[in-house]
Amino acid sequence: MAEQDWKADKKAFWVVSSAPLLWTLLFFLVPMSFVWLYSFGSNTGLAEIEISGTLDNYKRATEWLYVSIFLKSFAVAALVTVICLVVGFPVAMALTFSSDKWRPWLLLGIMLPFWTNLLIRTYALMMLLGTQGYANKSMGWLWESASWLKVLVGLQPLAAWEPVELLYNNFAVVFGLVYVHLPFMVLPLYSALDRLDKSLIEASLDLGAGHLRTLLKIVMPLAMPGIVAGVMITLIPALGAYLTPDLMGGTESQMIANVIERQFKRANDWPFGAALSFLLIYAMFILIAMQGLRRTRQGGTS
Amino acid sequence: MRLLTRTPRAPLEYTRTLWMRLWVGLVLLFLYAPLLVLMIFSFNDSKRNVVWRGFTTKYYEKALNNDTLVEALANSLTIAALATIVSLILGSMTAIMLWRFKFRLKGLVDGTISLPIIVPEICLGVAMLIFFAWVDWPTGLVWPLNLSAITIAHITFCFPFVTMVVRARLASFNKEEEEAAKDLGASDWQAFKHVLLPHIRPALVSGALLAFTLSLDDFVITFFTSGPDTITFPVKVYSMVRFSVTPEVNAASTLLIVLTVVLTAVALRLQGTKTITVSH
Repeated sequence: MAEQDWKADKKAFWVVSSAPLLWTLLFFLVPMSFVWLYSFGSNTGLAEIEISGTLDNYKRATEWLYVSIFLKSFAVAALVTVICLVVGFPVAMALTFSSDKWRPWLLLGIMLPFWTNLLIRTYALMMLLGTQGYANKSMGWLWESASWLKVLVGLQPLAAWEPVELLYNNFAVVFGLVYVHLPFMVLPLYSALDRLDKSLIEASLDLGAGHLRTLLKIVMPLAMPGIVAGVMITLIPALGAYLTPDLMGGTESQMIANVIERQFKRANDWPFGAALSFLLIYAMFILIAMQGLRRTRQGGTS
Repeated sequence: MRLLTRTPRAPLEYTRTLWMRLWVGLVLLFLYAPLLVLMIFSFNDSKRNVVWRGFTTKYYEKALNNDTLVEALANSLTIAALATIVSLILGSMTAIMLWRFKFRLKGLVDGTISLPIIVPEICLGVAMLIFFAWVDWPTGLVWPLNLSAITIAHITFCFPFVTMVVRARLASFNKEEEEAAKDLGASDWQAFKHVLLPHIRPALVSGALLAFTLSLDDFVITFFTSGPDTITFPVKVYSMVRFSVTPEVNAASTLLIVLTVVLTAVALRLQGTKTITVSH
């Protein structure tokens, strides 16, 4: 069924479109353009900002300090995405090939944490990873057992267990981001694998390829759209993550969102914060454009 | 012995292989262990959270008697309910507009409306901060008007998600049904109410669930739009986690987790397991 030309039923068109368009204009485009304008401004007083068209804020953003934070945020987000992909792919496979009875429950099991409050999940993780938390206790227990075993076979016991600092460092940030974003990765992977024609896998196995080879040569290429979607849906929020690095990171593991926040709260340099915000948005656009480019190129060749 | 006598595994039943089960089990443990520990320790009779010192419910009493915490939770639920209602209306209108009509610059409008999904939360939060500061949005109004700034910000990022879900559902609607209704004398409104609306109802339920959770979940955008007297639950928990970790936080979190589970169960009850997958 073709879409209707809006002129054919102007009344109905305006009834459904005026409120959303007005809302988007007033409460999204106008605020965003303020940020954009502020990024070309400078502080003239404590609360006075003059929009002078200066590029100083962008110039300051190219200082190594800020460039390195941008690069670091990218590196962290990319690492998180790769870990999520490696951890999530077998889970998506398990979902796809599970029996009809179990699949909804397994899906629910993956989705429920996603619906749980982000702050609560972060706090739960902090409790677990703290120096007195259970992660440290279990490792301490393993260490003691190893020490005891060594004594048992007549060797020197190990040195006493020192709790490891698992929180407030880069490890904690990556761990926390993986924990938060894993469901984002599993769902697109699952929906791509679910659509895949299972007889192709059977054919590959029948014709003598092993399971691993079938996975690499048949399943992965066919699931590529899902993999790309999963990567994007994980990479983009991970890049702009604020809460996890703020609560679980140390001073050296701050990401770009934390620097932006600081400009608006403690440092009180709104124009510079606005410039950094727009640089982050541009980075997102580039990522999305790259994905779009990949898709059109593939569409052209096939 | 049942383990040994089961039917042999078919080649594609990967889920039945041992290493696959182990992997899924570990992932589920990874996802749930922190939450379970958090919930168990909300009953712990100790101020310092780490060692089990016996069962108590006193931290629930304490959390429920903590006026700012209860107020924050009430604020969060109010904002989420208001944002959900408005997002449902705006989101369905947008979906219908994009599905039914052809107009100039449609691609641009489509892209702009889904932008709040892509723009990082921190940037949207900053934009809202600047916007509300610039228009000098009135603060200190009576409840619930004092929550208006936060609610507006939440609607802005929630309704594109509703649009996405409703649009996916509309794709499977047969326009001939609506035409038939109109041929038989239904007005535009009647055709919408009795033909189109019943078709998109499942999408409205999952869209509402999605909007409600997103709003209840949001910390970053609220952090930039909330004032000193308009604290939401995540903002309150944030300051508690930052400055003093007490079992009270565990108790309050447990209550919210239970609420999430109940909401999910209700949604599942209403329309079966499809709800789980519809959000992507």
